[in-house]
Amino acid sequence: MGQKIVAVTGNEAVANALRQVNPDVSAAYPITPATDIMQRFTSFVSNGLVKTEMILVESEHSAMSACIGASAAGGRVMTATASQGLALMWELLFIASGSRLPIVMALVNRALSAPLNIHGDHSDGMGARDCGWIQLWSENAQEAYDNTIQAFRIAEHMDIRLPVMTCMDGFIISHSIERIEYLDDYAVKNFVGEYKQLNPLLDIEHPVSYGPLILPDYYMEFRRAHAEVMSKVPGVVLDVAKDFEKISGRKYGLFETYRLDDAEVGLVILNSAAGTSKDVIDEFRNRGIKAGLLKPRLYRPFPYEEVGEALKHLKAVCVLDRADAFGASYGPLFMDIASSIYHYKNKPILINKIYGLGGRDYLPEHAELVLNELAEIAKTGKVKTFKEYIGVRE
Amino acid sequence: MATPLSLKELSKKELLLTAGHRMCSGCGAPPVVKMVLLASDYPVVASNATGCLEVSTCISEYTAWKIPWIHNAFENAAATLSGVETMYRSLKKQGKIDKEIKFIAFGGDGGTYDIGFQSLSGAMERGHDMLYICYDNGAYMNTGIQRSSATPLGADTTTCPAGSVVPGKLQERKDLTKIMAAHGIPYVAQASPSHWSDLMKKVRKALEIKGPKFMNIISPCNRGWRSAANDAILLSRLAVETCYWPLYEIENGVTRVTVKPKEKKPLVDFLKPQGRFKHLFAPENEWLLKKAQDDVNAYWERLLKEEEFTKSEEVPKEQ
Repeated sequence: MGQKIVAVTGNEAVANALRQVNPDVSAAYPITPATDIMQRFTSFVSNGLVKTEMILVESEHSAMSACIGASAAGGRVMTATASQGLALMWELLFIASGSRLPIVMALVNRALSAPLNIHGDHSDGMGARDCGWIQLWSENAQEAYDNTIQAFRIAEHMDIRLPVMTCMDGFIISHSIERIEYLDDYAVKNFVGEYKQLNPLLDIEHPVSYGPLILPDYYMEFRRAHAEVMSKVPGVVLDVAKDFEKISGRKYGLFETYRLDDAEVGLVILNSAAGTSKDVIDEFRNRGIKAGLLKPRLYRPFPYEEVGEALKHLKAVCVLDRADAFGASYGPLFMDIASSIYHYKNKPILINKIYGLGGRDYLPEHAELVLNELAEIAKTGKVKTFKEYIGVRE
Repeated sequence: MATPLSLKELSKKELLLTAGHRMCSGCGAPPVVKMVLLASDYPVVASNATGCLEVSTCISEYTAWKIPWIHNAFENAAATLSGVETMYRSLKKQGKIDKEIKFIAFGGDGGTYDIGFQSLSGAMERGHDMLYICYDNGAYMNTGIQRSSATPLGADTTTCPAGSVVPGKLQERKDLTKIMAAHGIPYVAQASPSHWSDLMKKVRKALEIKGPKFMNIISPCNRGWRSAANDAILLSRLAVETCYWPLYEIENGVTRVTVKPKEKKPLVDFLKPQGRFKHLFAPENEWLLKKAQDDVNAYWERLLKEEEFTKSEEVPKEQ
């Protein structure tokens, strides 16, 4: 397991993973903070380091349209985007997943306009959470790199054949330099293997039609079939993680737990803010407060049962959302966590905080504030506010 | 050896859009598609924008397409096919595929002139080796005859209905064929199913040229044009003979009018059999009828001048 230790940004790490995977085709359009991934990747193309044919399209709509065409044609396809770019791809996201095309897309999470903002939050990925794609979220550059490589195996698995979005926080991870471990090119090549075609358009001896009209007589069966495939995803994600551990030594699950087993209060938080939270949890543990954390990795399909089992014994849990779901009572992650513990008789009290929108810093003091509040709730059973914004001017 | 473009030889070839599709009786699009595919002696992979042709030819487990075919969305037939074509190039370079395959996108005027225009423009600019075919019936027929930028001046549609104040569509058609020529792509042409030999020659020529090609083909819609179901070919012929729909090509910047009517018929010959223009014959709309004829005259004159003018740019063929 030869691994090389480097200091790189999240974008550089993802670009390098894509170089090692070496897809057949990529179509992309620049958008901050994801631009850097494709910029680096196109330099690999220009210097003959990959076999990939690039399609430098005129919009993200065409990027995903071309990815769909290329994937249906019969080869390995990837792209990268963020925020407005993902929003412009919206209708095609459903077509990619509905057509069961194993496209891999790096999503560098960024706030949505208006007001225009280029910094990291989860509004983009959350908006696309129910479009039939698999979503893997990443705390840091290492996870973004590892998830990118695993994404191809998951997407292309013959029981799955669904597109995968790998998410990392814009700027906070995409543009910060971290120490990470790269696998050997050869190890990655072996790990992802040869692309297996399924009903390729380019097989002119066996013509297939992609994209039929399906009316009420069969549409629902198609949707249920999609739901059934989704239910097989967690098993495949775990199998792929096991294989990945063999070549990397790094363990991945459906989610990560941190000091959660004996915890009484806990945080549920996605991506980069989990790191800050873990430090603060250590401090609280030192003070004798049993705090822990759960960080989802496979966010779609969401492993409700497993997450529920992991959280049910806690007294109080705060779900921190880096996106709001306007008009709903709570943030999107909160609603998933609430669903996963709903059917337990004894379950933790849940509260919801909205933090870090548009790249607003999530500081240790925010985690402290929340953990203190949770400790109080655990003691008294009383909740002052179920949902509020933190780190915001009043 | 290419199949000769004779009815005798062509009749021996398999039709690649089968019978049993659900297009309306008398629709112009299926014959257009059949002619396009008959013209090719290469295997073809096609993409199709959402629209009449798409919804009527691939429903549930039934498909009328005997060639590989992909429908993605309304506005992206060109971008989708650019992805297919790029994968073909990638796999060919890697030695994973060796067959010579041609790529053809089909879109209606809504999916081409309007919502799919950016996707088309981008794919042409990027130089993909593909032929984009627009079957132009002059409105959003699939959603029920709404105006498009290809709808002719004065036409009655469901979103610019001829009324007591507004006499149908007040704007002229977007000249998409010329806009595509302005992309500087190697081949652009207009064709009509009434002139099948001209149409098929153009398709054949286009497929032999490397790079992006565009063809605009008139395709009568009896539902939208309010015309008789058996008049599709007759109307497309009248469109040519009145010079409403000139048959020409622009190859590497050189314009050639491929069919010049011996006697240019008055535009009303094309308009009269169509209910969508009925109101233009009311006395108060005479000005509109005159303007429509003047526009056609001016365009035709300009096209002939353009043919004359670009002749000098023609590169002499080697002997």
